[in-house]
Amino acid sequence: MAEGIKDKVAIIGMGCTKFGELWNKGAEDLMVDAFQECIEDAGIDKKDLQAAWFGVHFEEQSVGKGATSLALALKLPFIPVTRVENFCATATEAFRGACYAVASGAYDIALALGVEKLKDTGYGGLPGGPGLMGTKNALIMPKLTAPGSFAMMATRYFAVYGLSPEEGKKMLAKVSVKSHYNGSRNPKAHLRREVTEEQVLNAPIIAWPLGLFDCCGVSDGSAAAIVTRADMAKKLRPDPVYVKSLQVALSSGEELMYTKWDGAHVETGYRAGVLAYNEAGVKNPRKEISMAEVHDCFSITEAVTMEDLQFSPRGRVKDDIEAGRFNLDGEQPIQPDGGLKCFGHPIGASGLRMLYEMYKQLQGKAQMPERQLKNPKLGLTHNMGGFPAMNIVSVAIVGL
Amino acid sequence: MVGIKSYGAYIPRYRMNHNTIFGAVGFLGTFPTPGEKSVANHDEDTLSMAVAAGIDCINGLKREQIDGLFLATTSQPYMLRQNSAIVAVALDLQPTIRIADFIGSSKAGTSALVSAFDAVKGGTSSNILVCASDCRLSKPGGPQEHLYGDGAAALLLGNEGVIATLDGSYSVSYDFPDRWKTSAEEFEHAWEDRFIRDEGYAKMIPEAISGLLKKCNLNIKDFAKIIFPGIYAREHAAIIKRLGAEPGQIQDTLLDKVGDTGAASPLMMLVAALEDAKPGDKILVASFGNGSDALLFQVTENIKKVGDRRGVKKHLALKKELASYERYLAFRNLAPMDTGMRGEMSLRTPMSALFRERKAILSLCGSKCKKCGTPQYPFQRVCVNPDCGAVDQMDDYRFSDKNGVVFTYTGDNLAASIDPPAIYGFVDFEGGGRFWFDFTDCDLDSVKVGMPVEMTFRRRYLDEPTGVYGYSWKATPVRA
Repeated sequence: MAEGIKDKVAIIGMGCTKFGELWNKGAEDLMVDAFQECIEDAGIDKKDLQAAWFGVHFEEQSVGKGATSLALALKLPFIPVTRVENFCATATEAFRGACYAVASGAYDIALALGVEKLKDTGYGGLPGGPGLMGTKNALIMPKLTAPGSFAMMATRYFAVYGLSPEEGKKMLAKVSVKSHYNGSRNPKAHLRREVTEEQVLNAPIIAWPLGLFDCCGVSDGSAAAIVTRADMAKKLRPDPVYVKSLQVALSSGEELMYTKWDGAHVETGYRAGVLAYNEAGVKNPRKEISMAEVHDCFSITEAVTMEDLQFSPRGRVKDDIEAGRFNLDGEQPIQPDGGLKCFGHPIGASGLRMLYEMYKQLQGKAQMPERQLKNPKLGLTHNMGGFPAMNIVSVAIVGL
Repeated sequence: MVGIKSYGAYIPRYRMNHNTIFGAVGFLGTFPTPGEKSVANHDEDTLSMAVAAGIDCINGLKREQIDGLFLATTSQPYMLRQNSAIVAVALDLQPTIRIADFIGSSKAGTSALVSAFDAVKGGTSSNILVCASDCRLSKPGGPQEHLYGDGAAALLLGNEGVIATLDGSYSVSYDFPDRWKTSAEEFEHAWEDRFIRDEGYAKMIPEAISGLLKKCNLNIKDFAKIIFPGIYAREHAAIIKRLGAEPGQIQDTLLDKVGDTGAASPLMMLVAALEDAKPGDKILVASFGNGSDALLFQVTENIKKVGDRRGVKKHLALKKELASYERYLAFRNLAPMDTGMRGEMSLRTPMSALFRERKAILSLCGSKCKKCGTPQYPFQRVCVNPDCGAVDQMDDYRFSDKNGVVFTYTGDNLAASIDPPAIYGFVDFEGGGRFWFDFTDCDLDSVKVGMPVEMTFRRRYLDEPTGVYGYSWKATPVRA
């Protein structure tokens, strides 16, 4: 295996806006807000930045094409800025660009920033649109929406593991109840109210079998990170957080067009996890990963991700969910910040928002003490973009 | 011997009782007769029904032998862009065939049939598929609304192995202005019913039939079945009486079950007659519209060898009531329904891509790897089998005639649809291959993982700014 970037790059500053329906803020406002918190946290001067990576997915809804919007909004000092897009892993891709640039020795200090302004679309749910998947797909694909495509994974998971719709929905309800519990304790979250299992189960159906509370919110937001060479980090702040691994896997078409995939897991999720554990030297993810922020766009996504990342054995996540393993006070807290469930999913910002929570938790600085986990060592973030049958998954592991 | 080699038909799943129409728009004064009419689903139109009837007709036969396709209709979606070309590609027929649209009259179905016979008899074609289909739009509340139905018939004509020979035809043609519509108009106009009935219907059909009898030196009593459309039920019986035929010789007009399907009507009735026909039976078919074509068929021994066809009978039995007139209005785009902002997004159809990808989009063709035998949709240059990966080792592979099973599915209330929830899912095809498709003609409660499905050609969207109707294939529960 290639050498990888374990412990070559450190995060020295992060910022994250409040997520929500931010009617009075444009994408540029959110970029400035996230960046200001980030650079103040890093304690460096803007002119110390040597390069930047900028993530945004629905560029038409947010800032337009190219990366000039970041340079202009932040008044960056004539440095290279690259815009990246990779579905829901967009922000993690921006972070990867910055980390790889620093690890290569090309730059000492780089910025990664992601933003999305979903609430300028005029309706709930993701914008989608017929052209999103390219010319040919637009002409042959069904009119899929995000909840529909993940609902198909829920249908399949129930069928493969012999859960009745009632049993399956009950399992998923517990995922959402847990995330709402955490999000209600987070001032930056969009949805800050606890929900009961009954509320989740009785909510209107969005895409069978997923109901309203099985779906994450639709929000605006931005998050940012400043990274530097590991050997410089301690000089810049006493508690930098080190990058242990950064991996991405993309579908080959096998899941969608070949008949091997069981439809009850995300193949790229498993593959990206294995790559990330190898790079980070993690042997037993269930024991070694202290906490994680995973891509819970829908409750079923979080459930299968627990299996894809080997936190739970295949087909057995129900036992772990019921045992409270992933609760804030459980053995392996998942979505301590409330997750996409409560933050919503401004696509270009989510990956960095997840890292923000891991970074703060590792530093012992989680907002509101009741959310602070005891002595976390390794935090994992996971994004899954596209559809369960055709997608990208990114996995990042950070630690002290 | 020139004649019919195979037949097929299609009737949409939905039926609407005439009382449902009366309950909604009866205040306008139209009193319907008892019965129901077939209603095309929101994703059906003339072309999709023509394809469905065509598939029924050529089921089990070699498509490569078909060298012509004639489409007859009064409700063609396109005025410019050959409608039969879309049907031919959907049926995955060879590009070397001859095609033609027969339009403008409810007589177009028999006109296409006669022209196809002439081509086969003259030796310029060997096997021509004639599809007659109509999805007739009528102004809400008008008298045509309960009279008209949606449906299609298909007949394969050839010169060997025929199940019924064509032994003669006789036509009368008039510029009879009973119904008309300019190319710029959405709805048709009609002159007074008494004029249409007395000067047209009651005169022209007997004129054509009598002419045929005289030409072929036959007596009306020689026929096992006599077929002509029945838009005026009482006059239909009167014509029979005047011709001297017995009630037992008369083929049911389908008027109270399907409605008048325009260009398709006489052909659908012919298919229904062939379903019950015995060797030696003589069948007389006459159309109505700007005159009449009368045709004489004699059934052969081969009638016993026709494969399994859904035809008219099975389609009649497979139905679901559409009890809401408002849904019918929505299906036909007759009321401006709000499907939300998501529903306002429209695909600007790239016509060059539509042509380039026509095999994938309209023919539902993918590819099959020559090296490992894996079928895959759409066409791939690099084999999707991870253990193979062969490059450019593909043959075309048609999925439209393969059944499959539901791998997974959902009913999506967020997706823009005129008939929510939008049901879609994955299909695993028998023989290999998997893709995701919209599901149609089904209810969410009835869909299950592992359920058998078949593929059906449907209208998927209307791209209003460019005036393009988009078509592709959907999955539907296998009809019995």
